[in-house]
Amino acid sequence: MLPVAFIAITACFFVIRLAPGGPFDGERTLPPAIKANMLAAYDMDQPLWIQYFLYVGKLLRGDLGPSMVNQTFNVNEMLAIGFPFTATLGLTAFVLATSIGLVAGAISAINQNRWPDYVLVLFVMVGVVVPNFLTAHLLQLLFGVYLRWLPAAGYVPGSVMHLVLPVTVLGLAHAARVSRLMRASMIEVLGSNYVRTARAKGLGERLVLVRHALRPALMPVVSYLGPGLSYLLTGSLVVEEVFGLPGIGKFFISAALNRDYGLVLGTVILYVLIILILNLIVDLIYAVLDPKVRYS
Amino acid sequence: MAGITGKDIKLTHYAEELEKAGPEGRSLTQDAVRRLVRNKAALVSIILITLIVLIAFIGPYFVPWSFDKVDWSAIRKPPDFAKGHYFGTDVNGRDVLARMMQGTQMSLIVALVATSVSVTIGITYGSIAGYFGGRVDAVMMRFVDIMYAMPYILFVIILVVIFGRSPVLLFVGIGALEWLTMARIVRGQTLSLKEREFIEAARAGGAGSGTIIRRHIVPNLTGPVVVYATLTIPEIIITESFLSYLGLGVQEPQTSLGTLISQSAGAIESQPWLLLFPAAVLITLLLCFTYIGDGLRDAFDPKDR
Repeated sequence: MLPVAFIAITACFFVIRLAPGGPFDGERTLPPAIKANMLAAYDMDQPLWIQYFLYVGKLLRGDLGPSMVNQTFNVNEMLAIGFPFTATLGLTAFVLATSIGLVAGAISAINQNRWPDYVLVLFVMVGVVVPNFLTAHLLQLLFGVYLRWLPAAGYVPGSVMHLVLPVTVLGLAHAARVSRLMRASMIEVLGSNYVRTARAKGLGERLVLVRHALRPALMPVVSYLGPGLSYLLTGSLVVEEVFGLPGIGKFFISAALNRDYGLVLGTVILYVLIILILNLIVDLIYAVLDPKVRYS
Repeated sequence: MAGITGKDIKLTHYAEELEKAGPEGRSLTQDAVRRLVRNKAALVSIILITLIVLIAFIGPYFVPWSFDKVDWSAIRKPPDFAKGHYFGTDVNGRDVLARMMQGTQMSLIVALVATSVSVTIGITYGSIAGYFGGRVDAVMMRFVDIMYAMPYILFVIILVVIFGRSPVLLFVGIGALEWLTMARIVRGQTLSLKEREFIEAARAGGAGSGTIIRRHIVPNLTGPVVVYATLTIPEIIITESFLSYLGLGVQEPQTSLGTLISQSAGAIESQPWLLLFPAAVLITLLLCFTYIGDGLRDAFDPKDR
């Protein structure tokens, strides 16, 4: 896990430096002397590999360095402002969407080839296929503009209403994918021999589902949750941009455009770490659920 | 030269009869096509996509306005049949229908180029890893795992920032990041293929590794590759429209479905037609490609229904 994080950071460090233009090539051209001083202030006058070691050194001490565009805050402070927001948004969407997806998938599987199944499968198809910025705009148009039930965009601290649409958009695709997986694996489990045995010995349908079918059906879904969550987190880039929310996704996009190397790297590192940690947690849950998996 | 007993003539005659009378042999591909055509959702999708492609590429010759022409008398106007603005005009007075045709063209071209890049890389990488196996495989697949763990869209954005606004590089860049799943699928197939008798026969016949991979393994991968490539197309259309949406993709006056949607964003309240028409085309395209992909999968692998 650590080597992966390390490789990601290294790749990102050098890749972003390949981009033409730098943080100080703004609309106003700076006098050469001032620019040289600015570069020196950020250690950017050193050869690239020395900069890299300086950066890694600071990183090991937990310092993500200065932002090259924003003089008031350094990267640590900016991430500390944006991260709690993105985390709340992402986790709320994740928990809600996973639960809804599981229930929808199970209902769909139990009613296979009857009308609830058809309706759900259609919904799921739309949820999987339609990109989230489009869902965002369509929902804004419907609930924000025509029905006026919810604010269309923006954020007021403490207001739950402002988060309803972002969470819905963020969770929709995830719920759809979870539900599709759950449906497929549940159908397979319901056709298996031990479920037939359980029915044959006279267990009620509810007991069969809860005791015998649910746990094995959950396995493929659980193994998807890790990648699913990382899709969801990167999806928050779009959602924060569309709804104008103050999270790290919005920081990342503007930082990449402004060549704010410090902030880009900081955001990527944070994302990579979160995704890796979550993958680890998912692996552990998987081991608990599946008696066949043993980590020696 | 006929044999003394005339047996050869008789046999040839018999073989000819068999050819005419017997049931036609069906290849795997023919079987798959037959099953695909029987799948209603896939068939409808194929027809719809053909229509969209035809309209997008031939349509511009039949509409009165070109995609970059400004009509100063109709700026931000809803659909107006008398003037030939069948889908209305945008903020700059350009015809939305013409722009949509151009945008659809662009999205489709991006999807095709990027998919070919991703298929090429995926097949090469996956078949090499699978065929050589052992340590080569371990190292190559470890690399794929690492790439998987990275937040893909962040790297796309960084790549786009590097390549600047050159559309061709943008397509290649997207394709170059989209090959991971393809490589995994190809590797899995190769692992099982390389144990088969015909590969052993080829090796016994003196064929080198390169020849075996090119002539014997890759042709046998057609099924899964076609299926997965079809499913990659909508993903790439989404990625492209997302990048264009952020203002990183196709540049004015060229346009793509994502750009059209993003430009409509500021004005959804007063000019909803700017959002709704491109959105409808985008959703139709994505749904159709997905249904065709699913249909192809069922067609190539009937036991998986």
